[in-house]
Amino acid sequence: MTIMEQAGAARYRRLAPSEAFLRRRAVIAQIARGVLFLAAALSIFITAGIVYILLYDSILFFQQVSIIDFLTDTQWTPVFDQPRFGIMTLVSGTLMTTLIGLLVAIPAGTILAIYLSEFSAHRTREIVKPILELLAGVPTVAFGYFALFFLTPIFQRFIPELSTFNLLVPGIVIGIMILPYIVSVAEDAMRAVPNTLREGAFALGFTRLQTAVRVVIPGAFSGVTAAYILGMSRAVGETMVVAIAAGQQARLAVNPLEGAATITAYIVQISLGDVPHNSLAYLTIFAAGLTLFLITLAFNLIAFWLRRRYREVY
Amino acid sequence: MSTDRNPTAATDEQTLVRRANWQDLRFAIVGFVVLVMAMTTLLVLVGDFMIDGVPRLSWEFFTNFPSRRPEQAGILSAWVGSALVMLTTAALAVPVGVAAGIYLEEYAPKNWITDIIEINVTNLAGVPSIIYGLLALGLFVQTLKLGQTILVAGLTLALLILPIIIVATREALRSIPLEVREAAYALGADRWQAVWMYLLPTARPGILTGAIVGMSRAIGETAPIITIGALTFIAFLPPSPVQETFPFVSFEWLNSPFTVMPIQMFNWISRPQAGFHVAAAATGVVLLGMTLMMNGLAIYIRYRIRKGAG
Amino acid sequence: MDARTREQSVVAADTSQPELKADAPLRARVVDFSFYYGDKQALNRVSFPIYDRKVTALIGPSGCGKSTLLRAFNRMHDLYPGNRYEGEVILYPEELNIVSPAVDPLLVRLKIGMVFQKPNPFPKSIYENVASGLWVRGIRKKSLVDERVEEVLRQAALWDEVKDRLRTSAYGLSGGQQQRLCIARALAPGPEMLLLDEPTSALDPIATARIETLMTELSSMVTILIVTHNMQQAARVSDTTAFMYLGELVEFGPTTTMFTAPHDRRTQDYITGRFG
Repeated sequence: MTIMEQAGAARYRRLAPSEAFLRRRAVIAQIARGVLFLAAALSIFITAGIVYILLYDSILFFQQVSIIDFLTDTQWTPVFDQPRFGIMTLVSGTLMTTLIGLLVAIPAGTILAIYLSEFSAHRTREIVKPILELLAGVPTVAFGYFALFFLTPIFQRFIPELSTFNLLVPGIVIGIMILPYIVSVAEDAMRAVPNTLREGAFALGFTRLQTAVRVVIPGAFSGVTAAYILGMSRAVGETMVVAIAAGQQARLAVNPLEGAATITAYIVQISLGDVPHNSLAYLTIFAAGLTLFLITLAFNLIAFWLRRRYREVY
Repeated sequence: MSTDRNPTAATDEQTLVRRANWQDLRFAIVGFVVLVMAMTTLLVLVGDFMIDGVPRLSWEFFTNFPSRRPEQAGILSAWVGSALVMLTTAALAVPVGVAAGIYLEEYAPKNWITDIIEINVTNLAGVPSIIYGLLALGLFVQTLKLGQTILVAGLTLALLILPIIIVATREALRSIPLEVREAAYALGADRWQAVWMYLLPTARPGILTGAIVGMSRAIGETAPIITIGALTFIAFLPPSPVQETFPFVSFEWLNSPFTVMPIQMFNWISRPQAGFHVAAAATGVVLLGMTLMMNGLAIYIRYRIRKGAG
Repeated sequence: MDARTREQSVVAADTSQPELKADAPLRARVVDFSFYYGDKQALNRVSFPIYDRKVTALIGPSGCGKSTLLRAFNRMHDLYPGNRYEGEVILYPEELNIVSPAVDPLLVRLKIGMVFQKPNPFPKSIYENVASGLWVRGIRKKSLVDERVEEVLRQAALWDEVKDRLRTSAYGLSGGQQQRLCIARALAPGPEMLLLDEPTSALDPIATARIETLMTELSSMVTILIVTHNMQQAARVSDTTAFMYLGELVEFGPTTTMFTAPHDRRTQDYITGRFG
């Protein structure tokens, strides 16, 4: 007896879907597609909302303050009787902390990325990458506490002129915060470089370091640059560390040993205060926010374009 | 052979090789040192918090309201507020984020509209969190007059972590092997059936990872909550979600003022008394514990996915 | 003649298969079918019949287009952009051109099932895998589904091995068992035709033999179109064979004839192992 006869499977039925089911399925498919599209399109509305709110209130602001003054004045004193609105003051604070952060994060991040991608064993990567992820997950307010209460006193022992609120320590902490991002993106870009390029270099007698610096990094150039720019973008937008440890004094930041307000710290300061909601001083946070948004938007777009380019090359 | 012809050639080569290996070794050492420094930074940070904050932890700390006296201050309103805000954020961000991720990965045609949405999502991922606070302030608090409530906080944080969830969903769907997809379609499934019955369940661990990472981010966010004007001295609890009368579930708490742990921590840091700083450290221990645990869980799930569990 | 018979003894022809009558009922007919991946032409004006409830094999060297042709039958190519069908593949008795753009691919896949080269069960239980085809068609009544699951698992010669662990993961099965599971899964909705894409190439010889036996028995119930790179397999299981080369149909006919007295020189060369 064949298996078929054993199974008694003499009859062979066609189990076709009913017409009603097919119609219903088509309707559900349409509804599903519509709902999903709306969810995706929501992101556009979010950006539109951000742009609208920032622009709307900024326009109200610029109706009372000239843009030239805004961009060129060297003092930022919105709550004074004779208010001055020089955004460059705040920008200088942001710039200084960002610069210090990059001075820490770019060398360390690049070295680490090269080490992980070109030198270290697979197991090392498996351990290091999760730890970096954990570091990236630490809440910013915790980093702020760490900067003010732990690092600043230690630094003050070596640099007596360092004031309690300064730009140096927050800058370094910001560097620590953006390190995981720089390492992650740069390392991804380096690993995307095909092995055949490396093998060609080794065959010529290059050392690992020479291969890394002369072959891999140029090959991953857009990705590595994107990593730096992304780090810059995050450093510029960092809020709590500077709000806690850099002080609220809005001054032109030339001395990292003294504190100064950044764009983000200023917005926090006003939000915490009692500034009436329709006053000019209140509108300043939107003008400041618009400035911040435009800066980070520029960085993000450049980084996006760079990343797309390196993904296409390989 | 070359040594016979030119006695110095071999030594030149040997010197080159030695110098090269030495160069590599030097860099490997430097790299390793940087590595160790990065690792210890995390350890030092956690250690600092534990030293400063753990002694302050106690049952009273979790059940007391904030107070003007540092010794009596507690985080009851803060952690309850955090829990409720997290609940709202998750309920809003996860369905919308997953839906958007599904659309972009499975449905979207390759045209300019899709391109714009994708660029948009990437950009939103990089927008500083305080800008989301400004958006919420202008839109939810001022224009829509929703007040400074848990609902608004949840909405704001949901918008903030939406890109994280969208990207995680897309990655999870992208990593489903082609064979499983083709099998689903070969069976006669239409796209929605394939997504709902096969693709989504298969991608679930990856999506879960993204949700956990998103929530871990949301729990530690301070700036947007400050900007919408959350009060920092909240000595009461929002109305309870469960009630004794029908329908036994209440949503009044969504409309309540609130505080969250990072805000409470920030508030205490800003006070001059050292006692409050200790309380802040203790709050930091709780916050760190939660974020480390959540991120650790996400890393573990990702590790299990890679090992092919299931 | 002598040289040929000597070479052909390498391939054992199964003379026990009944000869096909010229008016045997058709399940499908490929008419002047061409296929393009974007600008690149992969198939050129292929034409041949597929007889109802018989096994038709597509053989040929790699790259000849046999998998491409197979996947056209259930419109798999529609899942990827840029592909184009020309000509007709007509399904009987409805006389439907299943590659016509006017015909919804979903409709085609509801009628024609496929088993893939590498076993690809869903990451679900054995029961859920087999029931998938029914659920997707809206057939959910538990008694009906249970009955059908058992029926096809028996037909796939897998029931005895899995009946006590229907709710366990399909990944717990061996390769050969997983492939039989995939066959059961494809059979469950009772398709008009079953497409098999090198179904045993990833399996060991014992599993292969079991599935070949299965195929022969299943063919009494359902029309089978199989792609195989293993000529002996084609000789063992199929009733008719199509030999393809570089996107064209070189020769088509009853399997016994193809393997004992092929008309085309290229067919003969391939069968005797001169290339491919």
